Amino acid sequence: MNTNRRGFLKIAATAGVAAVAGPSDARAAPVRRISDDWLGMLTDISLCIGCRKCEWACRKANELGPPDEPIQDYEDMSVFKHHRRTDAKNYTVVNRYPPATPGGNPVDVKKQCMHCNEPACASACLVAAFRKTPEAPVIYNESVCIGCRYCMVACPFTIPAYSYDDPFTPAIKKCTMCFDRISKEGGIPACAEICPEGAISFGKRKDLIALARDKMRDKPGRYVDHIYGEHEVGGTCWLYISPKPFAELGFPELDTIPRPALTKTFLSAVPLVLIAWPALLMGAHAFTRRQEELGKDDKAKHSEKD
Amino acid sequence: MAECSGRPTTWKAWLAGKWYMDQAPGDYWRAVFTSPFNIITGIIICVGLVLTVVRFTQGLEATTNLTNDYPWGLWIGFDVLCGVALAAGGFVIGSAVHLFGMHRYHSLVRPAILTGFLGYFFVVVGLCFDLGRPWRLPYPMGAGYVVTGSNSFGVTSVMFLVGWHVAVYLTVQFLEFCPAVFEWLDRKTLRKWAIRITIGATVFGVILSTLHQSALGALFLLAEGKVHPLWYSPFIPVFFFISAVVGGLSMVIFESMLSHRVFHSQVAHHDPAEADRLVIGLGKAASVLLFTYFCLKWIGVADGQHWDLLNTPYGYWFLVEMFGFVLLPCLLYALGVRRQSASLVRFTSVLTVLGIVLNRLNVSIITFQWNLEDRYFPRWTEFAITVFVVTLGLWTFRFMVNRMPVLYDHPDYPPEH
Repeated sequence: MNTNRRGFLKIAATAGVAAVAGPSDARAAPVRRISDDWLGMLTDISLCIGCRKCEWACRKANELGPPDEPIQDYEDMSVFKHHRRTDAKNYTVVNRYPPATPGGNPVDVKKQCMHCNEPACASACLVAAFRKTPEAPVIYNESVCIGCRYCMVACPFTIPAYSYDDPFTPAIKKCTMCFDRISKEGGIPACAEICPEGAISFGKRKDLIALARDKMRDKPGRYVDHIYGEHEVGGTCWLYISPKPFAELGFPELDTIPRPALTKTFLSAVPLVLIAWPALLMGAHAFTRRQEELGKDDKAKHSEKD
Repeated sequence: MAECSGRPTTWKAWLAGKWYMDQAPGDYWRAVFTSPFNIITGIIICVGLVLTVVRFTQGLEATTNLTNDYPWGLWIGFDVLCGVALAAGGFVIGSAVHLFGMHRYHSLVRPAILTGFLGYFFVVVGLCFDLGRPWRLPYPMGAGYVVTGSNSFGVTSVMFLVGWHVAVYLTVQFLEFCPAVFEWLDRKTLRKWAIRITIGATVFGVILSTLHQSALGALFLLAEGKVHPLWYSPFIPVFFFISAVVGGLSMVIFESMLSHRVFHSQVAHHDPAEADRLVIGLGKAASVLLFTYFCLKWIGVADGQHWDLLNTPYGYWFLVEMFGFVLLPCLLYALGVRRQSASLVRFTSVLTVLGIVLNRLNVSIITFQWNLEDRYFPRWTEFAITVFVVTLGLWTFRFMVNRMPVLYDHPDYPPEH
């Protein structure tokens, strides 16, 4: 009985050690490929008045609503009762949060795709439907999408939406940084164009980071000391500065590791398994067969003696 | 022409022998339509067919409770994740017998491989309900490039690996099952060729299984912050792989129990004492693996330094899974082995299978988006489609087991080793 128990523990312990030794650290240092030419957007949350005109302009530019949708519809502030997320008909939404200081103005935050430097959606897509363009916007190619929705699972900001109501041509829906508009000379994204307060700036990512720092330097105390998107998940091309800590404004607290790095270690182990497993298994097979042959020989010898 | 002796010459004779199993067609169909099991499952299948039409004409919104925050529901969490994990028995038993020389378990190879093959096949069927455009299923395999002209190889994606592996493994399992099909059809030469690839197919099957079982866990590596930290770990691929091996073993035990009840005429020649010995052997392996898995899961908690989270509602739920559905079955299996009680081992296999299902649902649904207030709960149509797909699997399994040499050795064909 005792030997049995000891044997059991021994096997379990050995198997345990072997299995632990397997996976290496999934948090390996990432490779950075940030381009100075990338475009970007900077939202100055302290300037946003929650007028929701960007929502209207976005729907118009992306043809998400009726073509003659009146902008007055967006003066309805009752939507602020709940915090909304992006969906198939709204690539951007503005949410309202309590003031930064008691008695101050409420804090309004525009939400949309962050256009990650190293997008999780692109690394997740099994048909390469997502692409980080050389200009910076992360865009989606509907023509190859099979609708597995892994990009929605993978996105650290939970931005991509799906047109579940469409039975035959459902697709992922998200902000493109108005890729078609900005690809033309002098074009700027619809939200930045309409914003009456100048809260949304469009330009090179590198310049926008400099602009954000200038604003912080010029108006001490107006902003928390954090450019959201400068380093989060390896950096994003949409940046924010805010009068209130980002964690209180619905922004996820993320580390600086680009998301694709999380699966890179696993994927690099694949070729190892492909090469090592056949060798080990065929070895085991050869070993057992040889043992069986020897066993047969022994038996034959024994029967001869008998 | 000895080779053709057992083969029927006309299609009528073929149908009578192979389909009706030498019963009169009238008797056969009467039996089919009057069996209570068939009536109940028949209703399920009729409802499922109607809902299939609704799903593919009205879309996902009309048939599921999926949202933008919960893009994966029951069809991925159960049909795909649990389906693949519980179909692992094919590669586990196959490698034990063919590669490691455990010939005693030979009688379990074919049922395990058939379960594996049908398991994967119906995983793909279930997946087709969930995909937005299932007709594009071959796109990652190159069809996307052919049809659209744009790159459709997402080589950086774990999902790409899963897709390819499931497709290739389905083929491998079909090839592994071919000897039974050819024995049924009395094709001696083809069977000989099918037997020749056994070792190669088994090795290939183990490689593919190792990679895609763990890859299903690796999918969630990108969901850091969404899957609850107690379930999220860089080791999640290892967790998925080991628990799949346990799940596969437990399903083989569970299924042999069912087979002995349902198909008793086919296993009449089996020695019940030997069947018990095999089950106890599998129980021993499952117990050791569950113990390993239990320890590893705690290493995952330690690695993330999440001890404080154990004293939260999600923490209690984690403890329920760990002690009630991992450690308890581990100990019950060990007890069953020590007492040589095959019935305790069989009971434990059910508990273990439930534990694997619970784990997959915890990762993909129950703790997913744990910090959101809105929760996902499947719509009745999602449950109905899931039951429908499982029922289709059962029907196919029964159809094949009744006709092909799965549970017994074909009298004309000696075992292949």
